[in-house]
Amino acid sequence: MGAGINPQMPRSWRTDTKPHKFCPGCGHGLVLKALGQAIDELDIQGKVVFGCDIGCSLLAWDFFNVDTVQTHHGRTTPVLVGIKRANPELIGIAYMGDGGGYAIGSQHLVNAAARNDKVTVILVNNTNYGMTGGQMAPTTLPGQKTETTPYGRDVEEAGYPTKGPEMVAAIAHEGAYVARGSIANLRQLKKFIKRALENQIAGNGFSFVEALSACPTNWRTNAAETWAFVEDQMGKYFPIGEFKVPGEKKEG
Amino acid sequence: MADKPIQGEKKVFMTGNEVVAWAALAAGAEIMYGYPITPQNEIMHYWTRLAPKYGRKFLQTEDEISAGFTTVGGVLAGRKAFTATAGPGNTLMQEAMSMAEMMRIPTVLVVTQRGGPSTATVIYSQQEVTMTCYGGNGEGLRIVYSTASHQELFDYTIKAFNTAWKYRFPTFILGDGYQSKMRESLTIYDPEAKGIELIPAEAYVGKSGIPGIDRDPAHLRNTYNLEDELYEVVKGHVAAYQRVAPEIVEYKEYDTDDAEIIVVAHGVVSRAAQGAIKVLRQEGIKAGHFRPVTLRPFPVEQLRKKADKVQKLLIVESAEGQLKRLVTDALYGITTPIETLLKPGEGVTVEEIVEKVRKLD
Ligand SMILES: Cc1ncc(C[n+]2csc(CCOP(=O)(O)OP(=O)(O)O)c2C)c(N)n1
Ligand code: SF4
Repeated sequence: MGAGINPQMPRSWRTDTKPHKFCPGCGHGLVLKALGQAIDELDIQGKVVFGCDIGCSLLAWDFFNVDTVQTHHGRTTPVLVGIKRANPELIGIAYMGDGGGYAIGSQHLVNAAARNDKVTVILVNNTNYGMTGGQMAPTTLPGQKTETTPYGRDVEEAGYPTKGPEMVAAIAHEGAYVARGSIANLRQLKKFIKRALENQIAGNGFSFVEALSACPTNWRTNAAETWAFVEDQMGKYFPIGEFKVPGEKKEG
Repeated sequence: MADKPIQGEKKVFMTGNEVVAWAALAAGAEIMYGYPITPQNEIMHYWTRLAPKYGRKFLQTEDEISAGFTTVGGVLAGRKAFTATAGPGNTLMQEAMSMAEMMRIPTVLVVTQRGGPSTATVIYSQQEVTMTCYGGNGEGLRIVYSTASHQELFDYTIKAFNTAWKYRFPTFILGDGYQSKMRESLTIYDPEAKGIELIPAEAYVGKSGIPGIDRDPAHLRNTYNLEDELYEVVKGHVAAYQRVAPEIVEYKEYDTDDAEIIVVAHGVVSRAAQGAIKVLRQEGIKAGHFRPVTLRPFPVEQLRKKADKVQKLLIVESAEGQLKRLVTDALYGITTPIETLLKPGEGVTVEEIVEKVRKLD
């Protein structure tokens, strides 16, 4: 891969495990790129412990040149909380899908936020369960078709989509950082992730970034439709921006 | 800050839960992650009172799933971490223990058995044998010490940390509600003053140097893409387990040399068995008692040798055949008749065992 011609991989990526294993067009790769750049810019490769969940995020188990532990579905947050509590010098990043964070692991997210645990949680919202084949997720939009909502999500039957950052911001405390970014604006996503990490490094409190992301394989969308879904449909329901910033300045 | 929680040796009169907290301190445990459930609560109560005085830490988690996984995290970070639970909490914690089994993570879990299934009673039982030995999806590659006294709770809690870190398999202290709550005298001690070397912990993640530059990154996973890959990993773990099992196995025998009938029991029930043997011997009945101290790995060879020579075996437990399953599995092919005294969730007295053996004769 010719440096200078193609965009450079983040320094913290592990080149010998690339190309990565996500489907073509998947948003995970973009979120991990933003994360890689944030790690590079903060120069914290030697201190990061990256945890990934079950779900497509597990494909990132050997993605970075950083210490990584892949754990059970929904349990990435407590594993990283355990690591951070045992060694506060480390920078813990828990990386998961919306199923891992908002369904099976929601009690861990809620309680880590309530305890103001000094870890950074990055949650990839692709409005479905990717790895298991496109079932409904807590974030599936009303009317959206999935394998378990074949006629579209009926909110009477299946409830409403979880608005994660809004929920976390509501229960989080002073010192917490909460934002929602999107792969449609990678620069901003990287900035949010970077701030979330800086917030942990400063020892302020819990940091949470949701990333709106694409799953073209399960959505069965082509490039244009994928992008339209992320930007228009998801963006409409899930507002982008910072929901909680220690001290002052919010963006979005 | 006092550096040694216990100086030299001390005679004390304590509840079992207090004993565990002291033992964990003495063993150099650095952090406990826990979630309340009876009868283990006071382990946390004593730990949270004592730990800050010795620079140790505690986190009360949101549930046992989290307590199990934060313990895994603490160990990955290179600390001697532990947790404690019982009954339905043990059920939830098996998910994390299964990860510990897969990744060879030296977690220490103290189980204070209570009645089951489900919430059942908060008091006492021996019904967590199967779950502790074989809980979680996997092959049961764990080490399980079943204690019978407060002295053993102290000794084996210290030992559990060493065993876990030496062999890197999840290690369990299988106590029970009686041991948790009752007071008994014992000697607590500083293990190092007794010549017990404490095996140091070591970090799995966050070692010094920049990964990919100064060293390889730790890339730990418990999910495998290919059947063959998993097969290799599990076969490797099984082989390692079988290799070290003879070093780990522990058992005790009472009057078994000339015994015609052997009572098999573990944990506190072993104390009733010991009492019964004395009474029976006075009556001229040649009874002996075999007690597995490690339920995993099970003292298979040792029990087989005995079982082959006696006329009858009597399995006594406060469960409906959980120990029995371990025994019959171990004795496969041996034709000695097996009788049982099974009392799920209830204690067993000396008199009951004596009565049962008399009837067998
Ligand atoms: C305890 C448990 N239940 C269910 C599963 C099956 N499972 C694997 S991945 C997954 C869904 C993942 O979806 P999400 O967290 O949204 O991540 P994505 O794959 O979309 O990135 C499920 C339910 C599992 N591995 N473990
Ligand atoms: S299934 Fe969806 S989320 Fe998973 S790798 Fe493929 S595109 Fe990405």
